[in-house]
Amino acid sequence: MDPKPTTIAVEGIAKSFKGTPVLRDINLEIRAGELLALLGPSGSGKTTLLRIIAGLESPDSGRITFSGADTTRVPVQKREVGFVFQHYALFKHMTVADNIAYGLNARRRADRPARNEIAKRARDLLDLIKLEKFADHYPAQLSGGQRQRVALARALAVEPRVLLLDEPFGALDAQVRKDLRRWLRDIHQRTGQTTIFVTHDQEEALELSDRVAVLHAGRLEQVGTPIEVQDDPASVAVLRFLGDALDVAAEVRQHRLLVNDRFVLVDVATRGDGPTRLHVRPWQFDLTSLEDAHVHGTVTSVYRAQGRAHVTIERPGGAVFTIDTAQAAMPRIDERVGLRIVGGHLFD
Amino acid sequence: MAARASLRQPSVIPGFGMTFGYAVLVLGIVVLLPLCALALRASAIGIGGIIDVVRDPRVASALRISFGVSLLAAIVASLFGFVAAWVLTRYNFPGRRLLDAIVDLPFALPTAVAGIALASLYAPNGIVGGWLAAIGIHIAYTPAGIFVALVFIGVPFAVRTVQPLIGEIDREIEEASATLGATRWYTLVHAVLPPLVPAILTGFSLAFARGIGEYGSVIFIAGNLPYVSEIAPLLIVIKLSEFDYVGACAIASIMLAASFACLLLINLIQAWSHRRFGHV
Repeated sequence: MDPKPTTIAVEGIAKSFKGTPVLRDINLEIRAGELLALLGPSGSGKTTLLRIIAGLESPDSGRITFSGADTTRVPVQKREVGFVFQHYALFKHMTVADNIAYGLNARRRADRPARNEIAKRARDLLDLIKLEKFADHYPAQLSGGQRQRVALARALAVEPRVLLLDEPFGALDAQVRKDLRRWLRDIHQRTGQTTIFVTHDQEEALELSDRVAVLHAGRLEQVGTPIEVQDDPASVAVLRFLGDALDVAAEVRQHRLLVNDRFVLVDVATRGDGPTRLHVRPWQFDLTSLEDAHVHGTVTSVYRAQGRAHVTIERPGGAVFTIDTAQAAMPRIDERVGLRIVGGHLFD
Repeated sequence: MAARASLRQPSVIPGFGMTFGYAVLVLGIVVLLPLCALALRASAIGIGGIIDVVRDPRVASALRISFGVSLLAAIVASLFGFVAAWVLTRYNFPGRRLLDAIVDLPFALPTAVAGIALASLYAPNGIVGGWLAAIGIHIAYTPAGIFVALVFIGVPFAVRTVQPLIGEIDREIEEASATLGATRWYTLVHAVLPPLVPAILTGFSLAFARGIGEYGSVIFIAGNLPYVSEIAPLLIVIKLSEFDYVGACAIASIMLAASFACLLLINLIQAWSHRRFGHV
């Protein structure tokens, strides 16, 4: 809709609530027309950052610019953002059509489109969200997924410069969530609008977004494409948040990485000698004989699903972890097995 | 079975027959029986007689004052009550709990106590009354005095009916409205207030009904001048003290009919507003 999508720059944003810092020196550039996910565990400050961009919260320091113009002091009513709340925040006393038309009806007379123009816009948006037949329904008569679609249409009706979604699928069940994800992706492709959405669901972020910004404890840990953050996490926090990992004691000796005195194929060309920790994903293990093993343990449970075997292993120290392998041979429960490490991540 | 099913809904708690019978019996004895007695007594003078009673200018003016001032007082009490409920719910300030408790005071106070307090405050030699008299405004012994007393009595109804609903308003509703570009005023009028309309109407009708029947707090401050500041309940008492039982019953039944008509109307408006705004 918008011929020129807006770029957003977040510069040195900091915010604390009652002395507790929730955001520390956040710098982030959101490109025109991109779909960016703000990913992080609860309490990481991601929602606060989104609300600061929207103007619903004001930062203690730093500034926000939209396409180069400072908007830090622009009130939320004038910021032209579309905001979608986790719990929809629909006007319960209005029909679906009235909800969608709300932002247009609220305009000053001079800027307000004609009545039939507003009605047409509402109809078009109902079409877009595939709820044509629900124009005269009230929000209470809709399912959660339908309500969230109405909330999105309501936000789009005012043709905002950017679209901000706060955990938009958080209150929905798994199947609806998957459908809505695909649908949001479609809408984004059609409108080409700069979009930021907050989520704590890494799968959602990785599937939907062009780039992911990972927040942890108020700090921006990494910004990158879904592939970059997965293949090359910038910190242990990012790695841990994107999935399970087992960390094992390792040692760098003459540019070779050793675990249990056996070589592991991980690039350590630029590292000095000394002990370190290797973080290994569940699929970076292979079952092997005890003599070759980097680590070993006792099998406590085994199951197979969708062509992969999930083997839970208890290490001698009592630590329990599950590996995920494509190998056909399944170990028995209580069998002692060896594992070979085929990859992993090093930090510090 | 179908006929029974329409009367009672399945419930884990037994005893429909007993509770239903009990409810009807108590309502009959406590509410309907006295009203019937009243109607029976008044019917002694027939419809024509009742009309004659209403035609009496003193009675007509008392009824006008009772209903007119109650209506005005209920409107003001609703406005003020809404603001008070908003402040008490939305803001946290020192003394908030105390203020919240004070709201209930008119509920608990014997109405005569309220009447004496108001009279001593607004009488021409009272604290406020003296000051107002100096600039030519007279509260005590005028309809304005009745109005003050009825607002005092009505405010707690208005506050207590809206307060819980204001507490339930989702902040995100206001934020959503703001992100859509609506001004604060537009947000208040179109997003925040409409869901509260049924509760505001309930508070209004309670304050109104209470105002029509109010006696104790009014007679001290009203001065009770016939044609000026005499309320209908007082006129009933006067008729009774003159042993004019039929006349008293005639005024009483007119008040009953008028009150019933008012409450019915308000209930209809409420039912409409529930349909219109009550989709929660």
